[in-house]
Amino acid sequence: MFRNALGKTFRFLGYTVQYGCIAHCAFEYLGGVVVCSGPSMEPTIQNSDIVFSENLSRHFYCIRKGDIVIAKSPNDPKSNICKRVIGLEGDKVCTSNPSDFLKSHSYVPKGHVWLEGDNLRNSTDSRCYGPVPYGLIRGRICFKIWPLNDFGFLRASPNGHRFLDD
Amino acid sequence: KNFWPDSSLIFFCHLHLVHIYKLVPCGCNVLLFTIFCLHSVPGYHRSLFPLPWELESVIKLSHPSRSPRNPEQKIIKRVIALEGDIIKTIGYKKKYVKVPHGHIWVEGDHHGHSFDSNAFGPVSLGLLHARATHILWPPKRWQKLQPILPPERKPLQREQE
Repeated sequence: MFRNALGKTFRFLGYTVQYGCIAHCAFEYLGGVVVCSGPSMEPTIQNSDIVFSENLSRHFYCIRKGDIVIAKSPNDPKSNICKRVIGLEGDKVCTSNPSDFLKSHSYVPKGHVWLEGDNLRNSTDSRCYGPVPYGLIRGRICFKIWPLNDFGFLRASPNGHRFLDD
Repeated sequence: KNFWPDSSLIFFCHLHLVHIYKLVPCGCNVLLFTIFCLHSVPGYHRSLFPLPWELESVIKLSHPSRSPRNPEQKIIKRVIALEGDIIKTIGYKKKYVKVPHGHIWVEGDHHGHSFDSNAFGPVSLGLLHARATHILWPPKRWQKLQPILPPERKPLQREQE
């Protein structure tokens, strides 16, 4: 009787561990659901929106200009940032704010990306901490799940003028 | 009804979780040949897994200037300075550098032949992967990697806790 219960417990633990492993690997390599906080990506992503991010693009190097990505914060490894890719390595980007009179430009160094939030007036991004190493990117946001009235693929950048085409 | 997942999927998941202790072949001429890495998983209690970026230890990190088109490249360096420390650089564009918040300064043991922070600057902590603990191969180089630092590479000023 006792042995039966013990056997069942171990089997249950075995299932839990196996599914825990699979879940961990799924989040690591495939993607997961993310709750966003902060105003820096408005109006595309509002505070407390729930989005789905996929990690395959990062592993297969398919991150494109205009994608919204989740990356580890360059100044705090324990927190994540959610920004839009404005320039890839070698691209020319505008490093000054839209309100500045004199515009300054630079090229994104090798192995880095230039990230900016959609809410340019209220976003700390690459204009503040410089280009971000590609290795810090965790995944690409592809789909918004909540709120339901905004369900679907994410809109293009409202700041098209920030993308400089050579 | 069988709830058991496919056995190949289980094997792959176990292989991934053996990231905890990982044998890493390293071909760089900086320090060593093959090392035994302790992967510190963020979020775990500090007493269970030591932080991978303790001062003067040897660490493994993603190449900061790795082009996304190149395969994932990892480099092995030694931690020289943590955030807030001021150090004197060798061949960097600035002679004295204060390591910014959330970054560390890494150098290879063989100065002059090392592509390290003296080339690409302070490294963000998010790029760290693991800490190298032992050399396993070749057998005559079997040793535990000591966290030591030559005195001339010590930071000029260390930030007090």
